[in-house]
Amino acid sequence: MIELVVRDRCTGCGRCVRVCPTNVFDFVDGRPVIARQDDCQTCFMCELYCPVDALYVAPNAERPTPVDEQTIVASGLLGEYRRNSGWDEWRDIPNLFWRQGEIFARARSRAPGPSAQDTASKLSSTEAVEIAEWPPRS
Amino acid sequence: MQKHFAVADADKVAYRLEAVTDVLVVGGGLAGGWAATAAARGGASVVLVDKGYFGTSGVTATAGPGHWWVPPDPSKRAAAIEDRMGRAFGLADSRWMERILDTTWRTLPTLSPYYDFPKDATGEVHYRGLRGPEYLRALRKQAEDAGVVILDQSPALQLLLHRDGSVAGATGVQRQVGRGRIWVIRAGAVILATGGCAFRSRLLGSHNNTGDGYLMGVEAGAELSGMEFSNYHTVALAESSQTRSASYSFADFFDAEGNLLPTQGRTDYTRVLARALLRGPVYATLARTPLDLREIVSHIQPAFVATFRRRGIDPYTEKFEITLHGEGTVRGIGGLRIVDDACQTAVPGLFAAGDAASRELIAGATSGGGNQNSAWALSSGLWSGQEAAARARRTGPRATEPATEVGQAGLRPAKSPKSATAADARALVQTVKDELLPYDKVMFRRGDRLRDSLARLDRAWDDVRDHLAGEGTAAVAAREAAALVASARWSYGAAAARKESRGMHQREDCPDSDSRLARRQLVGGLDRVWTRFDGDAERTWVRP
Repeated sequence: MIELVVRDRCTGCGRCVRVCPTNVFDFVDGRPVIARQDDCQTCFMCELYCPVDALYVAPNAERPTPVDEQTIVASGLLGEYRRNSGWDEWRDIPNLFWRQGEIFARARSRAPGPSAQDTASKLSSTEAVEIAEWPPRS
Repeated sequence: MQKHFAVADADKVAYRLEAVTDVLVVGGGLAGGWAATAAARGGASVVLVDKGYFGTSGVTATAGPGHWWVPPDPSKRAAAIEDRMGRAFGLADSRWMERILDTTWRTLPTLSPYYDFPKDATGEVHYRGLRGPEYLRALRKQAEDAGVVILDQSPALQLLLHRDGSVAGATGVQRQVGRGRIWVIRAGAVILATGGCAFRSRLLGSHNNTGDGYLMGVEAGAELSGMEFSNYHTVALAESSQTRSASYSFADFFDAEGNLLPTQGRTDYTRVLARALLRGPVYATLARTPLDLREIVSHIQPAFVATFRRRGIDPYTEKFEITLHGEGTVRGIGGLRIVDDACQTAVPGLFAAGDAASRELIAGATSGGGNQNSAWALSSGLWSGQEAAARARRTGPRATEPATEVGQAGLRPAKSPKSATAADARALVQTVKDELLPYDKVMFRRGDRLRDSLARLDRAWDDVRDHLAGEGTAAVAAREAAALVASARWSYGAAAARKESRGMHQREDCPDSDSRLARRQLVGGLDRVWTRFDGDAERTWVRP
């Protein structure tokens, strides 16, 4: 869940308020405030859209897990997700999503179960990638 | 053609937004994004409303679809379709599979001006897999450029109907304007692209997916189909919503005593995990992941990596606790029944696209997974958008004709509104979660347990119908609770009436398939839920 708006990074641009799919923030005196934390779905979208990396979403989606602001700022975790995603000024960071199929295909070709072996032997690697869902059959 | 788009005079706008448009799209996810652009390019004025933000809302924005992607080589297409027909358990239609393969292949590359499709070392451009946030950002920009008017943070509450039963528009609330400003949009056609219903399971990105479109559609006269196929599950790090699960292809799972669970190579491995989770905690490690893949996962699924980093867990060397999140009708199948090739529902002018529509036509009784469902969302969005624009061109918005608001549950309580509160809506949502999320109820189904759940859900519905209401933004929570309770009853009502096991619908008390039931099952009804197998004349009432 969203845990932190780092005050001295936030410029009050209001993008997080607008883009949060579950309307977690309110805009109060020109600053975003976490008003409905219970509604946070821990999707990290606000972090992607925050151009100054002022937001921190904790990985626990079930309950609040308060964090220490100084610790988080020092951790280097702020903005890491946005950078790895290649957003904004990080556009040179490659988006390798198109290679996700390799994960499935290589797992399938190694998995010891008979159904996986059958699948791997019947399909070419391209077709195996096209399944792109694991497990491939149910 | 003449476009119809107008906003009412400024005085009224202060407390109520009124507009007239050719086509209204409800929902700004993968399906709604393609639908809106297709309608606008078809010459229609288009308004798209989203509960949250067109770009971050829904299960695609937070994930990344690899579309069903087969080159237009007849033998390859035939093989892919034959493969899927083989696990559809008699409920799919090969013609529809052919249609979505063709439409997806021809359409996805047209997004090139807005999405940077990667080129590999051989010069081949890779179209089929797109990362979610970038995909939705591209769809938004494409829609904006096509002239679509976007209203974010503007959940729809109900549909409007003409006297002849055709759709006339919708109403909703702009939840970031004051304490909620009502919007009323008259339209010649409405496309429901509201997503599936994940019953608040914490499936990534599904918080808004509360079955709103199902409830709005049924209130307007539409039917649902395939709602019993609503129990696909996905693995996630315990206490997280991180259901990006590709990396679990290399997972080994253990019980609390450290015993390796027999999941490897098994197609039903989530059922193995669910049985183990009913006994106690389950742990995983991704230690078998090849080193070169570990290095690029942060560039494939950065949110997956972020979740582990923030928990301080190295999934490749440590064991970590896992859970399973139900997907409901997201990677399930059920949704509004489609009656024609343009994805129209039984209500004239009302279309359903993406997970709001039943995916039995392309997936049968087995999850279409990310790839078939994405191809479906794109294709159904495109077709419904094109036909909605054509329809609006024929009829115009008919905005001067009288129209009726058809929303009931959570909007207009049948008895005294006992001044419903946010707490009431929360309690109702909890009831739904208590019945739809436990693995022993939803995965390992049994007639007696389904009937027990239905009895509790019927009582919840009585409460919704008689008392639940809310003003402004509270109306949104009330309608979500109503839609969740309704969707739960349709799902379990259909599951109780399908007295066999087929695809993802597995009944412990009827473990075999019954060849006489190799048919789609329709479901609907509000105060009383009915079901009807396709081909039967009579509806059957669901009795707990």
